[in-house]
Amino acid sequence: MTRPDSTNFSRRRFLALGGGVAAGAVLTACGGGKSADEAAGGTESGSKFTGKYTGPAVTLAYWNGFTGGDGPFMDELVKRFQSENPKITVKQNTIEWADFYQKVPAAVTAGKGPDVGVMHQDQLATNAVRKVIVPVDDVADALGLEESDFSPENWKAGIYQDKRYGIPLDVHSLAMYWRKDAAEKAGVTEAPTDAASFEEALKAFQEAGNDKPFWMPSKWPSHLMFLSLLWQNGGEPYAEDGSKATFDSDEGIAALTWQVDQIKKGYSPENVAIDTQYIGFKNNPPKTDVTWDGIWQINDLKGADVPFELAPIPTIGDQAAVWANSHNFFISRQATGDDNKFDAARVFIDWMSKQSAEWAGAGMIPARTSVRESADVASMTQAPIAESIDTMRFLPPVPGLGDVQAQTLEVAVNEATLLKRSPEEALRDAAAKATTAMEANLKKYGG
Amino acid sequence: MAVTTTPATAAGRREGDEVATGGGRRGSTAMAGNGLTPWLFLAPYLTLFVAFVVAPTVYGIWISLHDWDYTLPGKPFVGLDNYANLFDSSSLAYDRFWSSMRATAIFTVMSVPLLLVVPLVVALAMNQKFRGRNLFRAVYFAPYVLGVAVVAVMWRFLLDNNIGVVNHYLGVLGLPDDIAWTTSVPAAWFALVGVTVWWTLGFNAVIYLAGLQDIPKELYEAAEVDGAGAWQRFRNVTLPGLRPVTMFVTMITIIASANMFGQAYLMTKGAPGTETRTAIYQIAETGLKQFQMGTAAAMSYVLTLVLMVCSLVVFWLFRERKDA
Repeated sequence: MTRPDSTNFSRRRFLALGGGVAAGAVLTACGGGKSADEAAGGTESGSKFTGKYTGPAVTLAYWNGFTGGDGPFMDELVKRFQSENPKITVKQNTIEWADFYQKVPAAVTAGKGPDVGVMHQDQLATNAVRKVIVPVDDVADALGLEESDFSPENWKAGIYQDKRYGIPLDVHSLAMYWRKDAAEKAGVTEAPTDAASFEEALKAFQEAGNDKPFWMPSKWPSHLMFLSLLWQNGGEPYAEDGSKATFDSDEGIAALTWQVDQIKKGYSPENVAIDTQYIGFKNNPPKTDVTWDGIWQINDLKGADVPFELAPIPTIGDQAAVWANSHNFFISRQATGDDNKFDAARVFIDWMSKQSAEWAGAGMIPARTSVRESADVASMTQAPIAESIDTMRFLPPVPGLGDVQAQTLEVAVNEATLLKRSPEEALRDAAAKATTAMEANLKKYGG
Repeated sequence: MAVTTTPATAAGRREGDEVATGGGRRGSTAMAGNGLTPWLFLAPYLTLFVAFVVAPTVYGIWISLHDWDYTLPGKPFVGLDNYANLFDSSSLAYDRFWSSMRATAIFTVMSVPLLLVVPLVVALAMNQKFRGRNLFRAVYFAPYVLGVAVVAVMWRFLLDNNIGVVNHYLGVLGLPDDIAWTTSVPAAWFALVGVTVWWTLGFNAVIYLAGLQDIPKELYEAAEVDGAGAWQRFRNVTLPGLRPVTMFVTMITIIASANMFGQAYLMTKGAPGTETRTAIYQIAETGLKQFQMGTAAAMSYVLTLVLMVCSLVVFWLFRERKDA
């Protein structure tokens, strides 16, 4: 499974990272190197990018976190890139996402990290401010990428302090899954689209024999459901400039209250622990007939022969909105010292970006509109989700926001969905803490 | 173990003394000339010890005095601010740290007595002669060879309150079948402690067993001749005989319990809220996820200090009482 939070922490890794930290501390002083801008401007090919690499043989360290059903698709793409570009040797390193964001800063600081890689859009600002990654505006220009070929939300979320740090590869959002077998039994023929039709469907599932048809998770991805609902209600979780947490607004409280109500109304059992709802959904017969989860689970469900259907999450609030994230290519500070590496990295990103239709096989939605609207993608399982790309919302590019969210918003959602605290009390407390942490971050990262 | 090596070292030292005093002039020059020899013998271990224990410890203190984020160019010196924050109730770190210390304390207080008593009972049984004794020993030791990830993930699913088998069978037996083992307190504490006891009791039992086998048979025979019953033999021969072993087991068990991390990280993820987030869990989150190495280092030293005090208390409790 490719779950950003599925973690697994070993003592050995703890020690390994500690070593990296120590080494990094020694090496920081001589990190230096050119910025990508300088490097791009400094090379001749910078102005006339042809998509072909003409320099001497070079090795690119390429890091990503595609450990799940998406991994084989990336392996295949890398293999094809290799055969078309024999001068560039791509050394791929795949690490689980949860560990990825701990390792990459340490590795790049030590000069032993990736030259080029993929990271989530909401991590770009954090890594930009840490100087782990460098601006890629020139790359985007050279590749002829324009806002018009992307969803505006997706395009803008890669910009931090007027500079672009990521080239979007795909977009992936939350979606609603339901079991085909259960739906037939219950006579649910169409995907519910709003609060009323959703509740009606749940009642139909109940009448067909499943007492608890919609299990409300207390952990992942409950906070993504919360964010989606908050946006649907017209709220914003954080101030755009990263100065304040606003997820305890009336819109936020209403969002979390709706989640808790699913338990109180009896559609969900209490105390749904980590991953339980997903396992319950895969079970035969299903324990839960409906679940909201990321579209990256498509291949996992197909692999397990689960009869399911997929649709955008219903609009519970006033407007359609859903949490989304995006895989973005980045170039690390490490690659900027070597013009050849930088050139090769650009060729690599350009080539990969054009193959995003193939990448859609991994369950993702291609970021480029031209690819997304191609016939290949229209026939894929995630096509109905791809159509609703304009409703997808991304977290603002604020450094350190991911950790603040994990320590505050996620805790509040957990406490409320376990019925330990009221949504209002949990959110107020968490938002106050989040604001304090965000103010500290602003100071630390210099705004 | 420490227990068995102590007499050996003592004996060794005595022999050395005899050589030094009896060897006359030649002996004393040998001693003076060989001042380097013990260090050479120690060198391989000492090198590792300095490189991987002493140096990081000192470096850690240095880190704890800074606002240390190794990915940022500036690491301003902040003196004792990181420590002061841990004791300032208005700071973010205060809440996080002390609630995690509380979680660690709850876990330690619940698990240590069980991990001292249950393995002793198992060791006493293991020490009897009966058919299938080796199997019995293996059965109790087996869980210990599993990694924390295996143990925790397996029990997470077994204990799941909606889809786990534990609640299912409790229901079959007519007991309450809706206990939220991994998402509510105090049930989560019972789950974490229970799993830890199941997992690690074999280790303590083996150490107890070694201690039991070290107690001279003659003492039991003498006690029996004096008319001591089974309980009196246990009370007056076994327990005093096990004193050094028990001290060792107590100390390592306290330290291991206070360092609990994997079980909570994998079974409960700190839920509900952050109630089962232990100190080491919090330190790892702070230092490695949020890159606040300075704060994390300060937390570590406060935890270390607390553990050192605990160790001293254990030493004091188990001290040899001449009059006893």
